[in-house]
Amino acid sequence: MSYHRITLSVNGSVEQLDVPSQMTLLQALRDKLALTGTKNGCNAGECGACTVLLNGEPVNSCMTLAVECDGASVVTVEGLAGNGELDPIQDAIIDEGGVQCGFCTPGVLISSRALLDRNPHPTEAEIREALVGNLCRCTGYVRIVEAVKQVASSR
Amino acid sequence: MSLNAHPELPEFDYIRPASLMDASRFLAQHAGEARPMLGGTDIFVRMRDGMWHDQYLVDVKNLDGTDKLHFDPQAGLILGAGVNMNRVMVSPEVQTRYPLLADACRSVASYQLRTRATIVGNICNASPAGDTIGACLVLGGVLDVHGVNGYREIPLAGFFLGPGKTILQPGDIVTAIRFPLPPQGNTGVYLKLGRNTWSDLSIVGVTVYGYPDASAASGYRFRIALASVAPVPLIPRDAEAYLSQNPIGRETIRAAANLAAESCSPIDDVRGSAKYRKAMVKNLTRKGLEKVWESVNRKA
Repeated sequence: MSYHRITLSVNGSVEQLDVPSQMTLLQALRDKLALTGTKNGCNAGECGACTVLLNGEPVNSCMTLAVECDGASVVTVEGLAGNGELDPIQDAIIDEGGVQCGFCTPGVLISSRALLDRNPHPTEAEIREALVGNLCRCTGYVRIVEAVKQVASSR
Repeated sequence: MSLNAHPELPEFDYIRPASLMDASRFLAQHAGEARPMLGGTDIFVRMRDGMWHDQYLVDVKNLDGTDKLHFDPQAGLILGAGVNMNRVMVSPEVQTRYPLLADACRSVASYQLRTRATIVGNICNASPAGDTIGACLVLGGVLDVHGVNGYREIPLAGFFLGPGKTILQPGDIVTAIRFPLPPQGNTGVYLKLGRNTWSDLSIVGVTVYGYPDASAASGYRFRIALASVAPVPLIPRDAEAYLSQNPIGRETIRAAANLAAESCSPIDDVRGSAKYRKAMVKNLTRKGLEKVWESVNRKA
């Protein structure tokens, strides 16, 4: 088993880590950096609970090796809020009640943020398609979609 | 009992070679214990499920600039192995000249998975269900393959041997897929039948592509590829030939759809029965041919 020294920026803070080859980005975030907002649901790239931004694009962090992220910039749910203010999508999820058990929420927030970054005014169909990779066992999709619509229509 | 649906990855060594030649040599020297890797979206699932036990994963993304998407007005489109599916989907050249490729990518999994997933990886994984393979087949894709003796070309149509099996040899790395210029007046569709509208694997996938061709007796050429209904992504040659030889209309399309259904050899699995798959090949091929025929006519 080989270890690799990697440097990555996580939520704006530069981190140096020694990671074994098989360690995923998800494990590095949770187990090395104690950023437990990012969740492990299926560990197979299906549920989206582990979604983070890698160089600005959403990825399943369970399907990405930490060693591949050397030099990269990562944003997790902990990094969405800044200067003591929630991201508008976080405010909207609270307003709409788009949270039940909360396990899917970090991934939903990251996927929604990424959608709004690439398409500030998505249609409902575009919102639903963009969130296809974020499964919610509480079946709270309507309120999640309403939250993204709220942000989309507010600017 | 593990709380996780899938266990963590087993131990392996991640190798990042400096060049394609280093990568080919390493892979050839470690045949049977090393595997080339792009996005890893299929590899990690198989390793977690205990199906694959490679000692080395050799990351071949972007080696020697193999992450380029380039359109040349004379030569056509070249998609580097490292180009992820989301990049394919938003490429203006793909959207205007090869929209079928964008449609096929869109049907794969989710946005976040497509940030990692690549068309070349989908091809090398050689799943009969591979969603982008049909489009690559009907568009006449040719693979650039780098091996220990340098580069060679492999037409995609002769690439697949069985589920997960290809003609690649130890040391071979697919560095790109190239597509010729699309013929005038072409149209394509990918009809994917899954258990839900988005994101699932296909029960049946039917790709249909057509264009006017004066060298065909019917005046038209149709290309068809079928997913999830044979050990390899299937081209129903009899159906294609029938369409080139008979005047195109409702009856010819119906007969060609029957030929397509007869050419496949599906299995029963959790997503659908063999009988259902065969029936759906017939229906979806007919639907696809009708759509393409209507659109080709409109353009003419």
